[in-house]
Amino acid sequence: MNILALKFPEVSQLFYWPDFAFQGTPLAMNKTVLIYLAALVLTLWVFLTAGSKKSLVPSGMSHVAEGGINFVEDSIVMQTMGADGKKYVPFLTTMFFFIFFSNIFEVVPFVQFPANAKMSVPLALSLMVWVIYNYLGVKNQGFFGYMKNSLFPPGVPKALYLIVTPIEFFSVFIIRPLSLAIRLWANMVAGHLLLVTFAVLSATLWDSTYVGAIAPAAMLVIMTAFEIVVSFLQAFIFTILTAVYMGGAIHPEH
Amino acid sequence: MLSLLATTYSILAQAVTDNTEGLKAIGAGLGYGLAAIGPGVGIGVVVAAAIDAMTRQPESAGTARTTMFLGIAFTEALALIGFVVFILLLP
Repeated sequence: MNILALKFPEVSQLFYWPDFAFQGTPLAMNKTVLIYLAALVLTLWVFLTAGSKKSLVPSGMSHVAEGGINFVEDSIVMQTMGADGKKYVPFLTTMFFFIFFSNIFEVVPFVQFPANAKMSVPLALSLMVWVIYNYLGVKNQGFFGYMKNSLFPPGVPKALYLIVTPIEFFSVFIIRPLSLAIRLWANMVAGHLLLVTFAVLSATLWDSTYVGAIAPAAMLVIMTAFEIVVSFLQAFIFTILTAVYMGGAIHPEH
Repeated sequence: MLSLLATTYSILAQAVTDNTEGLKAIGAGLGYGLAAIGPGVGIGVVVAAAIDAMTRQPESAGTARTTMFLGIAFTEALALIGFVVFILLLP
């Protein structure tokens, strides 16, 4: 692609990493898989090192783990599910840390790729969330009660159910998991595109004019700070939406 | 005469097939731009109402902030679907 007479890489090239191990098998490894493994190991490391030291006064890694757990409990679970949801805090905390670590590699030097910019893992996570909230709904309200509460929302005039029920079915069982996955994925793709655009712009302008590279380089710094906020916010939003869906399955609206 | 028509037709057909890439690019750009209008206004409304609530009742700022992020997430989904279409349409 040529933009402003500058040579830009193709968009699809930004998200393509060749396999370097186990090529041709289902276990093929590329950079994205490595980033996910690193995120997994980091999440495990934070909580295992925090949990191995049994001291009354928290220190070091315990601060990180306890801060994360308190944050998830106070501002996600208590706000959406109430006291009943406290037993889901470990699941939601793990999910929050895993998504955050795989997002934050977007701004880590020499890695600089948000692993969630590939659709596979966001989609798998959202399908897992779909299974979990449907299971919780059927378990807590019974199959017919869950269907009645989610497809026939109370307080709607009888005749309107003709329109409301198909819309509710579509939104609860199809749009919810899809939008959960697309939200995380598209935010990461957009952030990566922004950073790449400004990086390529400043590199090419430095080659040709030197002075022209000042503005895009400044934007690159600002956007990097912005992307740190975004990667935190997307992990938070994914987790809080999961909590909202689970809370809606546990406590039906009356 | 017929051969002339055939030549014109083939040139026209070629012109049409040559334009698809450009039309795709125009469609992608326009599509994303149009998809971003509504969510832009919507997120503005959501955040404005949340700031209003937070300044009126600072003690319930936590709840307002959580609900604000939820509202932003639901509104933003439309813009993101527009962005996905943009990526898919890129030549």
